[in-house]
Amino acid sequence: MRFLGYTLADPTIPIPEPDPALYAKMDEFVAEATKAGVLLATGGVGPVEEAIKVRYTGGEFTVLDGPFAEAKELVGGWALMEVRDKAEAIEWTKRFLAIAGEGETTLRQVYGG
Amino acid sequence: MTDSQASTDCQASDVKTAIETVIRLESARLIAGLARFASGDIGLAEELAQDAVVAALEKWPRDGVPLNPGAWLMTVAKRRAIDQFRRNCELERKYAEIGRSLEASGDDGTAGFAEAIADEIDDDLLRLIFTACHPVLSVQARVALTLRLLGGLTTAEIARAYLAGEPTIAQRIVRAKKTLASAHVPFETPDSNQRPARLASVLEVIYLIFNEGYSATAGDDWMRPALCHEARRLGRLLAQLTPTEPEVHGLASLMEIQSSRMPARTGPDGEPVLLLDQDRTRWDQLLIGRGFAALNRAIELGGERGPYVLQASIAACHARAYRPEQTDWTRITELYGVLAEVMPSPIVELNRAVAVSMAFGPEAGLALVDQLAAEPSLRDYHLLPSVRGDLLMKLGRLTEAQAEFERASELTGNARERRLTQDRAHSAARLGGDKNGADQAC
Repeated sequence: MRFLGYTLADPTIPIPEPDPALYAKMDEFVAEATKAGVLLATGGVGPVEEAIKVRYTGGEFTVLDGPFAEAKELVGGWALMEVRDKAEAIEWTKRFLAIAGEGETTLRQVYGG
Repeated sequence: MTDSQASTDCQASDVKTAIETVIRLESARLIAGLARFASGDIGLAEELAQDAVVAALEKWPRDGVPLNPGAWLMTVAKRRAIDQFRRNCELERKYAEIGRSLEASGDDGTAGFAEAIADEIDDDLLRLIFTACHPVLSVQARVALTLRLLGGLTTAEIARAYLAGEPTIAQRIVRAKKTLASAHVPFETPDSNQRPARLASVLEVIYLIFNEGYSATAGDDWMRPALCHEARRLGRLLAQLTPTEPEVHGLASLMEIQSSRMPARTGPDGEPVLLLDQDRTRWDQLLIGRGFAALNRAIELGGERGPYVLQASIAACHARAYRPEQTDWTRITELYGVLAEVMPSPIVELNRAVAVSMAFGPEAGLALVDQLAAEPSLRDYHLLPSVRGDLLMKLGRLTEAQAEFERASELTGNARERRLTQDRAHSAARLGGDKNGADQAC
């Protein structure tokens, strides 16, 4: 089964300066998860200020440019995992957070191709 | 109910599940590391790992899961091993042996994953794969041992997957470990002389596991995708452990691309849907992309293309065609031609005949199929009459086609396939349209 993992955080709190040691550890973790055949795809997302919303209501399209006043937004990145069960997705996420630092990752099962 | 209440309520079972999951994820590396420590005795390595697991199940619920659970398990297992060796006179010789090797390596038994360089763990894993797939074992035993040691599947899960009794599988694994021990199979990656044959055995085992899941000859519905998943995982792992072996990437690619068709290869009632009839929009593009990437890696490594790279190349030709009529059959014909040279087999010839019929017309294909009619190994193979039926039908020889489909339906052991061929026999009888179900692989 597949899970999408992503981290939501308060977008007004600036993301700390990149720490080379953390990046090295994260690279190692990504390599490990890839080797284990668990990590199918992963990527980062652009700054939330540059987010765009496309809305369709009453037969009208509206395109809204950010920033948006959301309490929590997708920050950092996302990972698509292939695991045996939910427990395995949770365990890999714990390992990710132990490196990434304090925060909250949401896991959503992904269906279909 | 508040969040905190909810989390307290389910905490006990959550902790148990979490611990079991950690153990399952660490299992292969733990056994691999311990096997080297126990001078290649896989059975002993598994027992030591089990001791450590028992200790973890006792301690972790109370103290929490340690930050590096793999290192914790390894350390405990090694300490227990030393205690056990000290107490057990029968194992004195082995103890002395291990004592010497520990002394030589300066390892006091407490060094764990944290200290071990990642390369060493990888080497141990690779040794474990080669050992579990050693040709001294029967193919069945290799499969069971690989699933047990590398996949961390329980005996019960393996039994479910193969519709076998749990005692049968347990026996098979015990016997396999004894065979390895009595044959003094060293815990090593094979040298360059033996490597091609030994690697071929590893690839065969992984692909057998995959096909057991993919072709649904046995096993319940839940375990079949699990076997495919396990095989894909092993293929991906092996591709990282032996990055310079084109055939390893070839197998990884083949399994990714074949898996991409899983959502499309059965109909709403579970009936098989042939490759050319599949709704290609349902093919998993993520897996196709991964399959292409693995195939490119294999081809970039150069050398002559082996059976897995060739089969992956054929699968890639299908994956590239958004509609069946866009399929490059000429290229597929060429690839089957090369495959028939490197892996001569009547089944490859049959598939080549299908490709030829698609590229150059049913008459050309039928000529090749008819050459196979005398092939003893295909005498009871249901796809031979099934393919022949297809080609005859395209040529308008409907009575003959009907007879072939009827024969195919008698030969297949799979109820759903039987229904499919019976349907075709009926449509041949009804002078039905030109059904386009040539390439049998789905």
